Amino acid sequence: MQKITRDVLVNKAVSLLEAGEVKAVLGWGKGEFSYDVTPTVFESADELRENFVWNDFCGANFSKYLVSKTRKIQGKILVFLKPCDTYSFNQLLTEHRFDREKVYAVGVPCEGMADIAKVKALAGDGISAIDFTDAGLVVTTLYDDEPKTITYADALAERCVNCKSKKHVAYDELLGESGEVLESARFDEVEKIEAMTADERFAFWQGELSRCIRCNACRDVCPACTCEKCVFDNPNSGAENKAPATSFEEQMFHIIRAFHVAGRCTDCGECSRVCPQNIPLHLLNRKFIRDIDNFYGEYQAGAEVGSRAPLVDYNLDDLEASDVFDRRDTE
Amino acid sequence: MQRIGVFVCWCGSNIAGTVDVHTVAEALKSEPGVVFSTDYQYMCSQAGQDIIKNAIKEHNLTGIVVCSCSPRMHEATFRKTAAAAGINPYMVEIANIREQCSWVHKDMQTGTEKAIILGKAAVAKVNLNTPLTPGESPVTKRALVIGGGIAGIQTALDIADAGFPVDIVETKPTIGGKMAQLDKTFPTLDCAACILTPKMVDVAQNENIRIFSYSEVQEIKGFVGNFDVTIKKRARFVKEEICTGCGACVEKCPMKKIPNEFNLGMDNRHAIYIPFAQAVPKVATIDPNACNMLKKGKCGICSKVCSAGAIDYTQKDEFISEKYGAIVVATGFNPISMEKFDEYAYSQSKDVITSLEFERLTNAAGPTAGKLLRPSDLKHPHTIVFVQCVGSRCAACAEKGKEYCSKICCMYTAKHAMLVRDKYPDTEVYVFYIDVRTPGKNFDEFYRRAVEEYGVKYVKGMVGKVTPEGDKLKVQASDLIANKQLHIDADLVVLAAAIEPDKSARPLATMLTASMDTNDFFTEAHPKLRPVESPTAGVFLSGACQGPKDIPETVSQASAAASKVIGLLVKDKLTGNPCVASPNELMCNGCSTCERVCPYGAITYEDKEFMMPDRSKAIRRVAQVNPAVCQGCGACTVACMSGAMDLRGFMGSQIIAEVDAICK
Repeated sequence: MQKITRDVLVNKAVSLLEAGEVKAVLGWGKGEFSYDVTPTVFESADELRENFVWNDFCGANFSKYLVSKTRKIQGKILVFLKPCDTYSFNQLLTEHRFDREKVYAVGVPCEGMADIAKVKALAGDGISAIDFTDAGLVVTTLYDDEPKTITYADALAERCVNCKSKKHVAYDELLGESGEVLESARFDEVEKIEAMTADERFAFWQGELSRCIRCNACRDVCPACTCEKCVFDNPNSGAENKAPATSFEEQMFHIIRAFHVAGRCTDCGECSRVCPQNIPLHLLNRKFIRDIDNFYGEYQAGAEVGSRAPLVDYNLDDLEASDVFDRRDTE
Repeated sequence: MQRIGVFVCWCGSNIAGTVDVHTVAEALKSEPGVVFSTDYQYMCSQAGQDIIKNAIKEHNLTGIVVCSCSPRMHEATFRKTAAAAGINPYMVEIANIREQCSWVHKDMQTGTEKAIILGKAAVAKVNLNTPLTPGESPVTKRALVIGGGIAGIQTALDIADAGFPVDIVETKPTIGGKMAQLDKTFPTLDCAACILTPKMVDVAQNENIRIFSYSEVQEIKGFVGNFDVTIKKRARFVKEEICTGCGACVEKCPMKKIPNEFNLGMDNRHAIYIPFAQAVPKVATIDPNACNMLKKGKCGICSKVCSAGAIDYTQKDEFISEKYGAIVVATGFNPISMEKFDEYAYSQSKDVITSLEFERLTNAAGPTAGKLLRPSDLKHPHTIVFVQCVGSRCAACAEKGKEYCSKICCMYTAKHAMLVRDKYPDTEVYVFYIDVRTPGKNFDEFYRRAVEEYGVKYVKGMVGKVTPEGDKLKVQASDLIANKQLHIDADLVVLAAAIEPDKSARPLATMLTASMDTNDFFTEAHPKLRPVESPTAGVFLSGACQGPKDIPETVSQASAAASKVIGLLVKDKLTGNPCVASPNELMCNGCSTCERVCPYGAITYEDKEFMMPDRSKAIRRVAQVNPAVCQGCGACTVACMSGAMDLRGFMGSQIIAEVDAICK
């Protein structure tokens, strides 16, 4: 359960909106279901009071929305940022994707978000209501008379189990308290895949990626994917396609995307959150992050504005390509 | 649709020996866009070129593929041929069927197959080629030389003699550099000052040369032909144009215990000083850290005694902006610090000195007026030990010294040893060495004279330890040839310290976006064929900033750099290479990734107003490429996520078309 209450967030947003300091508020809004929280631009206090949501399903990272919203909306935009969102926020600033002056960033602490897939697996389908109690999520479904209680730990999303940081690396104002960068086990899963033989690994990814329906949700939500014109939408890029023609192409989509965000991905985990096919896409990005760490020293994208990612920096003592080759799997 | 002509060259038997050229020409006839295909014995000959020219006219060709040798050989030739026949030279593509095909294959069939594939790739590319026109940029006819040592002096004089204005920026109060501190120069033993100071005077008197002494380069912007440079002229508290250099102020200055940098701290100077008698400009400078007037507002004696009224305690740093067409880096070298070499007791005993300090000790204008007296008690030393390679060729101790050979030490040590034996035959002189390296005109003869005529004792082996004991220095060393340990009671130990680039070089390289090696020496554009140019266009290298060098080599390189600068400055306009990067602004994210990977600083950003897809207007930050600076390396094109950056003449689509043609 989130420690900070919805009222604190709403009151902050309402007061700044009414004082005219911000023109709009980027926050979580009611969706069709209780767990279906929708990114929303609020422009009035009434909208905020009525539709603003703050609970354990507020996983959405709003950093990317700032690219288009700061262009459209005249005046400042208030944006709520959880610790992991602040890394994306900084990374976008590093890439000059929006004007910092047009944003009022409010940091909110986060106790970790729930994964609806995990909740459904434990409570079953047909969820009609979810209550947030001290004991856990109390889930009512259409098919069971008794609501089920699921502990927060059981419902916790993978990216939050392996939370890399509770620290806000950017904000104008902080509600509640900021935490520390954490020692996480986020690379354990990567190590497991690395330990596979090449054939096993190929079979693993083939199995995962063959489920891809090319809905583009991962790209559309990714805060690193903010290109004015994505290569997959550009008929002249040579990579454009709407649907894969062969199993090779569906892998290429994800591999090209992983390359494009390499060194820029903050590991926010949004890609896996939105994937309707539950493909663990974040593992591809984590492998890249781990390789970059191993080859060039530890680097966290978005930890600070203006940092030079190793892939776009050059040092004379950088690892040579031949050294990387020597370190490859030699099974 | 292009109308492409294919011309397959035999190159005598070079190509035709392993490639069936008729079959190649025949096979390429059916490729899309090809309307004409032929082969000929020597396509680069006049007759061969005429075949191309005639075919262009007869078949209205719009594109040319020449299957021949490497484009490095004859691309320019065939581009000229095409241009002479009226088509854009960048519509020519070369398929390299010699170096990359006939020369590496022995079998006619595989050679022919590969030649056809390479030809197809070139045809596929030409189909997407567009005419390109190189841009032009003007050239500012003025050169900047950074560093006023012998390298900078020679470069400046040569450029000025060709009639171009040159500015020298020197951080010290005088030009002259390290050479001004030397006593004699090898291998002819002429006195350094005697050959250097006339050149310094030439510089001062040359109408085309301006000297900014006691100054440094603050900022460099722009590109080849058009550099904008800001020079910081530090306040010397003396009006340069009025000071006559009479020295009256120096004599009367009460602050006289300031370590004299010119003599490496072996004697003292005053707070107001002229580094040495032949300084250029011969102008006094007040050391603001030592002057009582500047520090406490009390004194003012120099101002009272100056009959010219040149002293100005209120002088401020001055910033000068100037445009230059070319920049020569001549920042030189320094001996490395001996602090980490405790085994030689450099910091424990005054009588352990570096070779540069030895130069000052034997120099008639030095602290001992040229008499060889040891610093501790001013007695004549009877046993002198020279240690070579102190910090040079030091692969195992990279944190202390340098891996490279400092190149000049063998010769100057031979010189020192010889001069000591010549002036003071009662002195025993030992030289400890790893190897004696004396390549160079009259160098080995010089070294042999030191050994054979002057009886210098050369010992192969290194000194392990120097221990001061009483008024002696106990030197423990190994003689590798006799395979024994030596113990020598020396009066003076001279260390041939490794040399390193001046500390100002690294920040300067950043300003110039010029590349450096791991040792902070400037990298040349090509180690053999373009040794005096930096890879950054318009930046040239002179002297030891590029690598250890002796005086003859430095002067040769300085003149070579000057000739390159002159070659640039005589041009009114620079024709660029049209194969440069260009951004598609509509697709550009303004993310700075390309700017970060550009090794030439060719990319900048601009905020521009755009009509967005929903017809709203938005200000977007977009990349701009300066075509005069871009070298067409393509690093930006691969770093660009959206593919907004593309390289003219090597568009992503053209490369893909080539790959497709090969893989088909």
